[in-house]
Amino acid sequence: MPSPQTRAQSGNPLRIGFIPLVDATALIVAVDKGFTAEEGLDVDLVREVSWSNVRDRLNVGQFDAAHLLAPVAIASTLGLGHFREPLIAPFNLGVNGNAITVTNALHAAIVAEAEGDVVHPAVTAKALARVVARRKAAGEPPLTFGMTFPYSTHNYQLRFWMASGGVDPDEDIRLVVLPPPFMVESIVKGQVDAFCVGAPWNSVAVDLGIAHILHFVSEILERAAEKVLALRADYAARNPEIVAALVRAHGRAAQFSEEPSNHAEVARILAAPNRIGVAPEVILRTLQGRLKVSPDGTVRASPIYLLVGREGAGRPNPVQAAWLYAQMVRWGQVPMSEALLKEAVAVFRPDLFDAILGAETGKPAGGPADGVGAFAGPPFEAQDIAAHLAPWSIRRNA
Amino acid sequence: MHQALSLPSTDAPLKVLVIDENPIRRAILETGLREAGFANLTVLEDATGLLERVYALDPDVIIIDLENPRRDVLEQMFQVSRIVRRPVAMFVDHSDRDTITSAIEAGVSAYIVDGLKKEHVRSILDMTISRFNAFERLRTELEETKSALKERKVIEKAKGILMKSRDLDEAAAYDLLRKTAMSSGRRIADVAEGLVNSYDLLKG
Repeated sequence: MPSPQTRAQSGNPLRIGFIPLVDATALIVAVDKGFTAEEGLDVDLVREVSWSNVRDRLNVGQFDAAHLLAPVAIASTLGLGHFREPLIAPFNLGVNGNAITVTNALHAAIVAEAEGDVVHPAVTAKALARVVARRKAAGEPPLTFGMTFPYSTHNYQLRFWMASGGVDPDEDIRLVVLPPPFMVESIVKGQVDAFCVGAPWNSVAVDLGIAHILHFVSEILERAAEKVLALRADYAARNPEIVAALVRAHGRAAQFSEEPSNHAEVARILAAPNRIGVAPEVILRTLQGRLKVSPDGTVRASPIYLLVGREGAGRPNPVQAAWLYAQMVRWGQVPMSEALLKEAVAVFRPDLFDAILGAETGKPAGGPADGVGAFAGPPFEAQDIAAHLAPWSIRRNA
Repeated sequence: MHQALSLPSTDAPLKVLVIDENPIRRAILETGLREAGFANLTVLEDATGLLERVYALDPDVIIIDLENPRRDVLEQMFQVSRIVRRPVAMFVDHSDRDTITSAIEAGVSAYIVDGLKKEHVRSILDMTISRFNAFERLRTELEETKSALKERKVIEKAKGILMKSRDLDEAAAYDLLRKTAMSSGRRIADVAEGLVNSYDLLKG
């Protein structure tokens, strides 16, 4: 098989991998609306079944670029869980967009233990701690939570939330990896009590009447880098014109997708069987940030449920990369080191974004002062992660 | 369910777990591994409850095809946690990128329990990669044979139509198809298919 470089130069299509999730919107729209073609790129979108496959195929050169979990881009660069392959992220495909969904039974248990309104993660985290303690006292098995990957924002959001209420995610519950398409089935079969996943799977579970959306992750953290457009660093350095064309097409696609009058068309594009393959109505709710959170029809709306480029979300934010690295440190996936932090942060390339799209495009409108806006703890300090993590008693050592 | 970390001695047979939903490929790999002397072999076609089954079997090497979405489930075995007490290592060390690349290109991945000697694992990996590639060649050949058969049928049908409607003999009918294909820069099978489709359409 020819190297990616020769493929690109010989006029073969670029191969870009993706997982069927709504935060692949900018990528799918860029290709299916013809924005990449107008940039002179011939793109072959390849739907994948696992994050491991996306990572491996990108890292060994079978993919030229990929829709990738932001923490996986960092993990690959640091050589965690795989051989070391430096990646770069010149465009942020999605900020936020996940939700924590719990079975009807766990929802009732949390509501029963809640001291305050369950829309607040501080209230639910403490209630969860009481549910966990009650189960332990009664000799019941620990609750099982599903998430998508060890190096995923979902993993860190779940852990951050429950640990703030005193629940140790490694000792007090079972936290297991479940591929997104199996999340709903696992609830139906009683194999998990809750999960954290991206759209559309939370809505699918609520629509089936078997679960409640407890939180949008934007209630836990106002801004978390979720998925990035990732490329191998050496490939990007050798093919700057391809990177520029891709980023331009993504900028345009993100802008198009965020325009409310285009939502219906975007939902139709994403709903295609070879893209996400679920009903356009379900996708539309995600794009509009208006989700049915309970089988009784209750709707919760948030202007920051999922950001696809608006409010500067397309511009990779190094503070958010630092936050992800801090979570890897907190949960024992990597030791704390200034050198590693620097490498992790350098995966995000706002400099490329600015050079290609102009600095004004990525200017954040509003958003939290510390760049992440967590519901608990002091403001995030990207400059001093060790000090920032010090107050958290529930943590692991690498 | 959690077992203490136990490393096999040099002579202990390696416990190998194969997860593959494709029955033919699974059989090809299983035969290969058994013939190569890996007798302590478990083969799963269904990956439901994968993590629990992995802990129950406690394999040294896990082989999983890339078409299986549950591959991500195995990735958490790199972590030490309440549910993962016996972590796996990368399946070869950093210098062996070529092996990883060959495996990924062949459509397979492997997970190796930490502490195993590389040379024990190498032959299993090589065998797996070559069997996956052999299967892929088989699959491609089968598809080519199928499409060749289909094309031959269409050409036969097109010839029949021409013989009947233009009153030609078989050789002349084929010649007409061939000439039409050449002058329009298309394949004979494509011309034949177009003719058959149009004929069916006209026939109603």
